[in-house]
Amino acid sequence: MRDGRGTVKRKAGLRLWLSGGWLAIVALLTLLAGWISPHDPLAQDLFAARLPPFWVDGAEPGFLLGTDSLGRDVLSRIIYGGRIALTVAVIAGLATAVIGSVLGLIAGYYRGWADAVISRLVDIWMAFPPVLFAILLIAVLGTGLWSIVIAIIVIDWTRFCRVVRAEAMNQSQMDYVSSAVVAGHVRAAILWREIGPNVLPTIVALLTLEMGIAVIVEAILSFVNLSISTDAPTWGGMIAEGRISIHQAWWVLVCPLIVLFLTVLAFSQFGEGLKDRFDPVLR
Amino acid sequence: MGSGTPMFRVRGLELSLPDFANKPPLGRAPMVDILKGLDFDIEAGSVLGIVGGSGSGKSTLGRTLIRLLEPTAGSIAFEGRDIGHLDEATLRPLRRRLQMIFQDPMSSLNPRRRVGAIIADPLRIHGLDRINARVDEALDHVGLPGSFRARYPHELSGGQRQRVGIARAIAMRPDFILADEIVSGLDVSSQAQVLNLLENLVRELGLTVAFISHDLSVIRRLCSQVLVLNRGTIVEYAPVERIFDAPEAQYTRELLDAIPLPDPDQPGW
Repeated sequence: MRDGRGTVKRKAGLRLWLSGGWLAIVALLTLLAGWISPHDPLAQDLFAARLPPFWVDGAEPGFLLGTDSLGRDVLSRIIYGGRIALTVAVIAGLATAVIGSVLGLIAGYYRGWADAVISRLVDIWMAFPPVLFAILLIAVLGTGLWSIVIAIIVIDWTRFCRVVRAEAMNQSQMDYVSSAVVAGHVRAAILWREIGPNVLPTIVALLTLEMGIAVIVEAILSFVNLSISTDAPTWGGMIAEGRISIHQAWWVLVCPLIVLFLTVLAFSQFGEGLKDRFDPVLR
Repeated sequence: MGSGTPMFRVRGLELSLPDFANKPPLGRAPMVDILKGLDFDIEAGSVLGIVGGSGSGKSTLGRTLIRLLEPTAGSIAFEGRDIGHLDEATLRPLRRRLQMIFQDPMSSLNPRRRVGAIIADPLRIHGLDRINARVDEALDHVGLPGSFRARYPHELSGGQRQRVGIARAIAMRPDFILADEIVSGLDVSSQAQVLNLLENLVRELGLTVAFISHDLSVIRRLCSQVLVLNRGTIVEYAPVERIFDAPEAQYTRELLDAIPLPDPDQPGW
């Protein structure tokens, strides 16, 4: 009963190292922002406004990625903006994963009325347009880091719930679950010890995906000025400001956009890479 | 035992399950009768063969016997005690004594746990001592080296996986084992090995076994009694020789005719 899984060698290394490396760099820069960032991200200097990045003529040394229309250093603002982006990604991602997965596991394994209640709730929840829902929530909660985190959790737990429920239902049909009953396991132990490890790879892949989504949602909310206070450096806020002066200073928009893009991509690839590397069934 | 009570005494066993395929948009799904009033005994130390075509209810019967399913009506007396409607907590001490080997070892072994943990886990639940020694002993019994403890199920061949399934069942030192189509997923040489193994274990450990199969030639080798099942009713229940020498029911004769026989006109390779 040999199948291809044992013989096909997957090139897991590169994907994992590239995405993990990028995330490590971003995390390190934002953690050490106080020491590393070359300038105060809020310091304005109108005499040094719209300086181009270092590879363009007219660049000033010390402003690697140039300055925006108020003379604030773009690199410093990206680093500090990363702080908010990563905080939101980690906290909102983990909280969403825990809430959605627990409800999904319960619905998928116990079925019956618990499943009926949870599934109907998810159906109703998913009928709301998510961005409007988030804007409405923040209008009620007020702006701030925690409002963003809560908005992401409230919107996105359904994504986990759906997928994890389906996977738990799938695993519940396997004979190893019957076998655990024959062994004398109690039901909660079967869910935790037998089904849990088999759903975990799915949860991890979803979690990293969710972290990327959280970065995007944070950027969208700060783009429409519903994130933190207006002048705080956020990637979305920088993109919004850069949009205004796109013809005079394209780097104000393009630099944070590239960082945002690479970070979201790295999150999703990191999940895939982890799965390939650490799942004993695929390895 | 030998006191005259059979290990299992099954009377009027019925089981119905909801048929979700034909559920009306509103209201409850209609019930389908899977088992329709079965009476039979399993003597301690015997091997009962349960045969029937697919959909005859043989797997359902097996799973009801060890209470993976709850019967709708009738009684299942295990050593004189009706276990038909015991709840899970009351059933738990009995679980050690009633074990099962599954048809598909790929599905019945948790893909993300190592062989050692798969065999040791049930022992731990029942608080048995010397778990390591018992795992080694069980692996030894089924002819697998102790080094297999560290392997994952997908690293084994089909026959080896099924041996792990058997090791897990016998490590508990059960009194009764339900073997549900345990060779139907294996190639012919692994089939023979697994059947030999089971035959030896039955003799060595004095097991009582219910052996479910659709293949009568396998039944003939192992079993002392045969129960022929068709559409949820017993069409014949007799000692194995009677089934093969003088089958009474038309359905049994059809099953017997389905056994491929070596052709006498062909050279005997």
